[in-house]
Amino acid sequence: MIPAKFEYHAPSTLRQAVMTLRSYGGEARVLAGGMSLVPMMKLRLANLEAVVDLGRIEGLAGIDHTAGGGLVIGPMTTHYQIESSDVVQRVAPVLAEAASRVGDVQVRNRGTIGGSVAHADPAADLAAAVLVLEATFSIVGGPRRRTVRADKMFVDAYTSALREGEIIADVRVPLPAPRSGWSYKKIANNASRFAVVGIAVLLSSEENGICTRARVAITGAGPVPVRARATEQFLIRKELTPSNIAKAAARAAAGIEFLGDHHASPEYREHLTEEITKRALTEACRRIT
Amino acid sequence: MKIDVTINGISCSDDVEPRTLLVHYIREDRALTGTHIGCETSQCGACTVVVDGLAVKSCTMFAVQADGTQVETIEGVATDEVLHPVQEAFWQEHGLQCGYCTPGMVMTLKQVLQRNPHPTEADIRRGIAGNLCRCTGYQNIVASAMRAAATLRGEKG
Repeated sequence: MIPAKFEYHAPSTLRQAVMTLRSYGGEARVLAGGMSLVPMMKLRLANLEAVVDLGRIEGLAGIDHTAGGGLVIGPMTTHYQIESSDVVQRVAPVLAEAASRVGDVQVRNRGTIGGSVAHADPAADLAAAVLVLEATFSIVGGPRRRTVRADKMFVDAYTSALREGEIIADVRVPLPAPRSGWSYKKIANNASRFAVVGIAVLLSSEENGICTRARVAITGAGPVPVRARATEQFLIRKELTPSNIAKAAARAAAGIEFLGDHHASPEYREHLTEEITKRALTEACRRIT
Repeated sequence: MKIDVTINGISCSDDVEPRTLLVHYIREDRALTGTHIGCETSQCGACTVVVDGLAVKSCTMFAVQADGTQVETIEGVATDEVLHPVQEAFWQEHGLQCGYCTPGMVMTLKQVLQRNPHPTEADIRRGIAGNLCRCTGYQNIVASAMRAAATLRGEKG
């Protein structure tokens, strides 16, 4: 399988990349790790006039620990760099875990956080993690630099909030609250290892076990990775008991238009969403330190 | 487009179309046919090569992206008639049946063992999750990897 012809550009600055992208007026795409774009081009699902490869721009891969304790992650940082980073494991272990569950070794060596977010696959692992971390994305290429919150980033299946000519310049992860616990659990499609349903959880509680903050995100279940707001709201100011966790998990499916395909029916995805949410909440609760 | 790639220690300068996949460049322009094409859909891992120390599926990368890199293919793994410990272990443990997936398995395992010299069997299975064996000879492939790890640690096999 060979892609259709295209023009290849490998600019050395983000500014040049934006200019080149704009000059094609929507007929060019950004190439990050290529783990989704290259297969789409081979299958001719994407026929492009040009590809703008970010791989030659210095400084786009890397993880910085900010003075405020959060993280700034370059868009070209690979899943492997994220999963193996000590600072990510310490500050945002849910992100390290989600990155470690993407695809396989070869995919994690090339695939990037910026590429994953921009591609907006309905079953992306990292989507669930950035949603519970309330990460933000700095975006360049429009009239001015703008910031998009994770819960505004995933608009529809394979559609992110990026507009024509825009590129993610960095991913910012705020410092999580003290006394928090996390979990990322997924049932994976055995062939592609994409999530049939994946659940990320970040919980905080007081010393008496009362939940002060709950964030739950679901990937793979519907057309867009989303926060499970009904589950989160149920848990706030409640004691994190098995019974409350079960009641909260039973609300996880609210509002989701479940996907059905040969991997799982909508009913099965709904069942998985509630069950995996229960398990992830239980694990996160146990991890609160 | 002109690219400069070092393949198995040999500098190569070639003119390629941007749409040329790395695997086609390696097999057709460089005539190194040990790198196999299995599924062509980024699933099977038969086309795995090591680019700048990282195992990658060469059917999911354009040759132009490899410009300026060091590429290692299965042909560069053995030195002078002496098999690499991973290859030797595949031989000893009968880690192959038809052999089609073997070059990709070896390239992936070389990198997996470099990262983790003390793997468990579960680590190995996770490490080769992106490499499919249609003969389903996974038991012996895992045994080969465990033997190779021991050899690479300097323990006698």
